[in-house]
Amino acid sequence: MGMILLFVVLAIIVFAVLFVVGVFNSLVGLKNQVKNAWSQIDVQLKRRHDLIPNLVETAKGYMQHERGTLENITKARSDAMGAKSVGDKAKAESSLSGAMGKFFLVVENYPDLKANQNFLAVQEELTSTENKIAFARQNYNDQVLFFNNKIQMVPSNIIAGMFNFKSQEFFEVEGQEKAVPKVKF
Amino acid sequence: MWELIRANKRKSIILFFCMGICLLLLGYLIGAAFYPKSGGIIGISVAAGLWFIMSLVSYFSGDSIILTMSGAREVTPEIHPQLFNIVEEMKIAANLPAMPRVYIIDDPAPNAFATGTKPNKCAIAVTAGLLSRLNRDELQGVVAHELSHIINRDVLFVTFAGVLLGSIVLISQVFLRSMWYSSGSSKRYRSSGKSGGQAQLIIWAVAIVFAILAPIFAQLLYFALSRKREYLADASGARLTRYPEGLASALEKISRTHLNLASANKATAPMYIINPIKKLGAIGLSDMTSTHPPTSERIRILRSISQGVNYSNYQKAFSAIKGGISPIIPASGIKDSKVIPIRKASVEPNQEHNKKKDAREIGDLIRAVNKFAFLVCACGLKIKIPPDFNKPRINCPRCRRDIEVPLGELAAIAAVGAVIPEDTKQKQANLEPLTYKRKGAGWESVTCSCGRLRQISPKFLGSRIICNDCGRKINIVN
Repeated sequence: MGMILLFVVLAIIVFAVLFVVGVFNSLVGLKNQVKNAWSQIDVQLKRRHDLIPNLVETAKGYMQHERGTLENITKARSDAMGAKSVGDKAKAESSLSGAMGKFFLVVENYPDLKANQNFLAVQEELTSTENKIAFARQNYNDQVLFFNNKIQMVPSNIIAGMFNFKSQEFFEVEGQEKAVPKVKF
Repeated sequence: MWELIRANKRKSIILFFCMGICLLLLGYLIGAAFYPKSGGIIGISVAAGLWFIMSLVSYFSGDSIILTMSGAREVTPEIHPQLFNIVEEMKIAANLPAMPRVYIIDDPAPNAFATGTKPNKCAIAVTAGLLSRLNRDELQGVVAHELSHIINRDVLFVTFAGVLLGSIVLISQVFLRSMWYSSGSSKRYRSSGKSGGQAQLIIWAVAIVFAILAPIFAQLLYFALSRKREYLADASGARLTRYPEGLASALEKISRTHLNLASANKATAPMYIINPIKKLGAIGLSDMTSTHPPTSERIRILRSISQGVNYSNYQKAFSAIKGGISPIIPASGIKDSKVIPIRKASVEPNQEHNKKKDAREIGDLIRAVNKFAFLVCACGLKIKIPPDFNKPRINCPRCRRDIEVPLGELAAIAAVGAVIPEDTKQKQANLEPLTYKRKGAGWESVTCSCGRLRQISPKFLGSRIICNDCGRKINIVN
């Protein structure tokens, strides 16, 4: 009788340990996914900073009357590169996006620049980088959602509490991403 | 995402089970028909062996077989930066662990497919016709649809289900044909069993009926699931790009052409974005036996998505158009209620597409894929040098200028794209101005040292002209 009880207790302990190990590992995996997604955003932001001098250099010769626009971009870039905290970074990057948007609107008035091969190549790279930033952010938020769900749901929330896993922040950009009204066809 | 894959897996396993039973039963019946005593077991083991070997082959080298069969050539980012960028964008959006390899197929029919049984080792191929027709957003939609096939594990499904289907078709065809051509010998088997003659005859009849029906049944199963997966890939694609209109208008443009893809066949058809084998005029029976849902319906569903692009919105749009009979998205996917707003269209740098210019660009692209090197002559002409070119010098076809061909570096030049040859570059850098003394007051011809003739009108008053070809200044002295 005593033997059976001992076995049952042992089995429960082994099962509990295995369960904790399994949940802990999956939490670590999810957290690393979040970290990885964040570094993806960082890579793309850096790529954008690297591309901007090329763009300004190419456009300078054509846009004599738009010095202000070009200077705004250069300033926004150096601000973004200097930003330290996550909040500052998000703000500086979105003002850089704004400056770039203005620049591409102005470009419409310069057909010579728009036909320049170098400019087209830089523009394609920048468009793609902007997209990559947006997709990387979307992916980061997806990963954060998975992670936060996991550490708030029963039973994994117990293990998350034991090992002090904290919910992660979403990367939101205010004012820029609102649903576009859909046109019916 | 993960729930979707799991739900897909469950359905696929049921399908594999049905098709596997079909195959083994076929093997048993055929074996039993030939050798009543132990033939059933032999038939089953032959069928299972065939299935096993074909599965192994297609799992380990299926992607390279398909890429080779379709004539796809791998490209580098230098050859088509935009395509590479788009694939990378979608790789980030889909959270793939590695960058897919990118291939281009030299075919005017617009189409694309993805292959690779694992997300960390996959490839995507697009045709030259697709690149020439679609703009950036549309190309992105197509790439997203194709990568969705990989993350939803559709490629894995197509690989294994295709092999099963192939085994069933192969065995039943061999059996039926052997019946047809050797009816004499089969009669011998039939009459040999005296005691069980009656039973043997019944087994024969059942085997024949089954051999005729099994491939049809298996095909219908396969195609039904493949159609469903197309819708699912559309939904995932729209979710990845957050721009359903891109995929919709790409599908519209692709379906407007009636070119068949030369390298596609019925087995590989489910992998393409749109059925590569179009049967004109055979619309009536196409619905049950087609691998893809009707494109017009796919477009209408994509266009009626409103308020965000998550799965439940796609399902709503789908039910609104199809009448809501069977759900396309597994129930667990519908829980995905996160609001994903539709984004704006991206700005296209150059909207005006010139047909001739497009054709030239595609030609250059295909030559670049085929490792041609480009030398830019001083007159602006791009001279295409094939990889096996072996003459040290070449005359420019337009201006007859003599150009040195850097034979040892052709491969390196092909890797980076176009290069201006060293001697032309020097010529351009220090072009010494010529001087021409006018003879009288009539029309006169001036020959530049590059060989280009220029006419000077009697009314010409300037002191200098510039050669149209090489840009050399020619001073005119009266």
